[in-house]
Amino acid sequence: MSEETKALESMIGEEYKYGFTTDVEYEEFPKGINEDIIRELSARKEEPEWMLEFRLKSYRAWREMEEPDWFNATYKKPDFENLLYYSAPKKKPKLDSMDEVDPKIRETYEKLGIPLEEQKMLSGVAVDAVFDSVSVFTSFKEKLAEAGVIFCSISEAIREYPELVKKYIGSVVPARDNFYAALNSAVFSDGSFCFIPKNTKCPMELSTYFRINNMESGQFERTLIVAEEGASVSYLEGCTAPMYDENQLHAAVVELVALDDADIKYSTIQNWYSGDEEGKGGIYNFVTKRGICKGKNSKISWTQLETGSAVTLKYPSVILQGDNSIGEFYSVAVTTKKQQADTGTKMIHLGKNTRSTIISKGISAGQSNNSYRGEVKVGKNAKGAKNYSVCDSMLIGQECGAHTFPYISSENASSSVEHEATTSRVGEEQIFYLMQRGISEQDAISMIINGFVKDVLKELPLEFAVEANKLLDVKLEGSVG
Amino acid sequence: MLEIKNLHAKVEGEDIEILKGVNLKVNAGEIHAIMGPNGSGKSTLSKVVSGHPEYEVTDGEILFEGEDITEMDADERAHLGLFLAFQYPVEVPGITNKTLLREAYNTIARANDREELDPLEFEDYLVSKLDVIEMKDEFLNRSINTGFSGGEKKKNEIFQMAVLDPKLSFLDETDSGLDIDALKIVSDGVNKIANDEKAIVLITHYQRLLNYIKPDFVHVMMNGKIIKSGDIALAEELEANGYDQLQKELMLNGEAQ
Repeated sequence: MSEETKALESMIGEEYKYGFTTDVEYEEFPKGINEDIIRELSARKEEPEWMLEFRLKSYRAWREMEEPDWFNATYKKPDFENLLYYSAPKKKPKLDSMDEVDPKIRETYEKLGIPLEEQKMLSGVAVDAVFDSVSVFTSFKEKLAEAGVIFCSISEAIREYPELVKKYIGSVVPARDNFYAALNSAVFSDGSFCFIPKNTKCPMELSTYFRINNMESGQFERTLIVAEEGASVSYLEGCTAPMYDENQLHAAVVELVALDDADIKYSTIQNWYSGDEEGKGGIYNFVTKRGICKGKNSKISWTQLETGSAVTLKYPSVILQGDNSIGEFYSVAVTTKKQQADTGTKMIHLGKNTRSTIISKGISAGQSNNSYRGEVKVGKNAKGAKNYSVCDSMLIGQECGAHTFPYISSENASSSVEHEATTSRVGEEQIFYLMQRGISEQDAISMIINGFVKDVLKELPLEFAVEANKLLDVKLEGSVG
Repeated sequence: MLEIKNLHAKVEGEDIEILKGVNLKVNAGEIHAIMGPNGSGKSTLSKVVSGHPEYEVTDGEILFEGEDITEMDADERAHLGLFLAFQYPVEVPGITNKTLLREAYNTIARANDREELDPLEFEDYLVSKLDVIEMKDEFLNRSINTGFSGGEKKKNEIFQMAVLDPKLSFLDETDSGLDIDALKIVSDGVNKIANDEKAIVLITHYQRLLNYIKPDFVHVMMNGKIIKSGDIALAEELEANGYDQLQKELMLNGEAQ
């Protein structure tokens, strides 16, 4: 290995800064999953009967499903009987006020750079903080309520806005959709709910910060975002977890619904613990994310910066049902050490003149494996549908892998589907070129990577672009003096 | 300014020497031309002098203003005022020319305790250099060499040289792939940059370039060594008779192996 590659590898192997554990008292259910656990979970959350039914039906469906294994990844399958399905920090009865949040948990979020006090937060960003199985705090609720926007934990939404939740939950990702979606539908413990009423532009960025703390708990969160006619919202999720030798399972379901002329922008900065050099530990990130452009002229845009997790399997997708609707997917997936990522998107064109754009950038280093898997499907009624896809992969070093699996099918002759793919290696020539101009090796590498991902990062909301850059820097810079 | 003494070098990890004892002295204000057939080691010499990590110096030394730079990293050499115009300029997508040059300019300024330029000052400075190479300002906002034609890439190298204002520049086959108009623009640019305090080393196959940039010294490189040095007449002789003829003559005289 050359000096450059070694330097690069060591930069990329930068230590995980969010790997600490918070010592809190938990209330937990016994390990394992069965109908009693689900009933207990539903009762604990004071859920209505229909919710319990939804869970039980999902559970029964899941029992009959096979765990999928078509991914380009190998890992030890989770032991579902050895997981905690509910693990919540012991709490006081109500958590609406800051004072009721356990100071240790507050401290945890401070350390993660997410202060929960509203006056300390980024102005214009409301945060829902999810700690293991439950939402511990949601900020700016009152301010959002003034605009008619509902932003709260999904548990609260089920209690307070049952009709809304009932109408939309499972409407985009049905419980039987896939193995992990079924499991989530049975045992989801918390997550975020956003509802933007007609002709309302959400006055601030909404964000949820997910933290897995407990070593033995799975995290099954459920997020539902509904934008009514003419509404628009920008939402961001961030994720971190402590370093443990064992793998933890994170199996979320996210559903987005955009009615006529609505616009939903969903951004993810995922930095779960990725395991150590030997591939020990780290999060299994098995997530189902899907949006439906239900109404005409609606738009759903997914932007993701995926840097963490031992294994990532996720394909944020858009069903383009309304005529003239738009789906977008912008992704940067960085894998280092022994991480494995199989990620991409699905764009399902059903309506006329629907358009989709896919920009995927994969960066693989170490002995990692990074696959793009994407599907573009044009239905027979999707007259004039257009898709444009670009999948670029960058390899750092000799031991990593990058793969592209595009699936394209069209039943309509008037549609156009364009796919471009490139694979490049961060070349010594590029680094030498910049160094010859006087730029240090570290800055040269950072420049090359930043140039590579620029088209995607510029899609992130401004408030988070800085955070994303910092994260990339932590991940890709630092140790060369 | 530059003194190369008995320089031997090979590709790291391989056995075959490419440079087999190069000696060269370049003073401020001088323009040197190094000519030679393919594979003679000309380009390698420019890369070794500028610190390409692919090569390993096995013997000899490189002195720049009296300082031994043989083991220095490429960026440190650039800070001292060494520049290489690449034979094949590298594409870096997503980073504009302007960003690169501001970073480079300010990094070099910092290393030399000179004042850095803020973005607005730098913009003015940059625009003032566009004329050197008849470059349109849209070039500044394009990604480094990405999608540039061969001629545009070469012009961009000379533009960067004008902006970074190095003491010593190696121009590695800057003339290759240029049509006659572009060659003239590039040569004019180099002539505008050249002055008494700077030195330039041209690496080329062809005498053609030397019609536009007049060298003070011409060196012929073959088989990893400089085998003959002279003035412009040597280049003309080469153009007329070819490298083979020169090699034969030298062999007759016992000057080459």
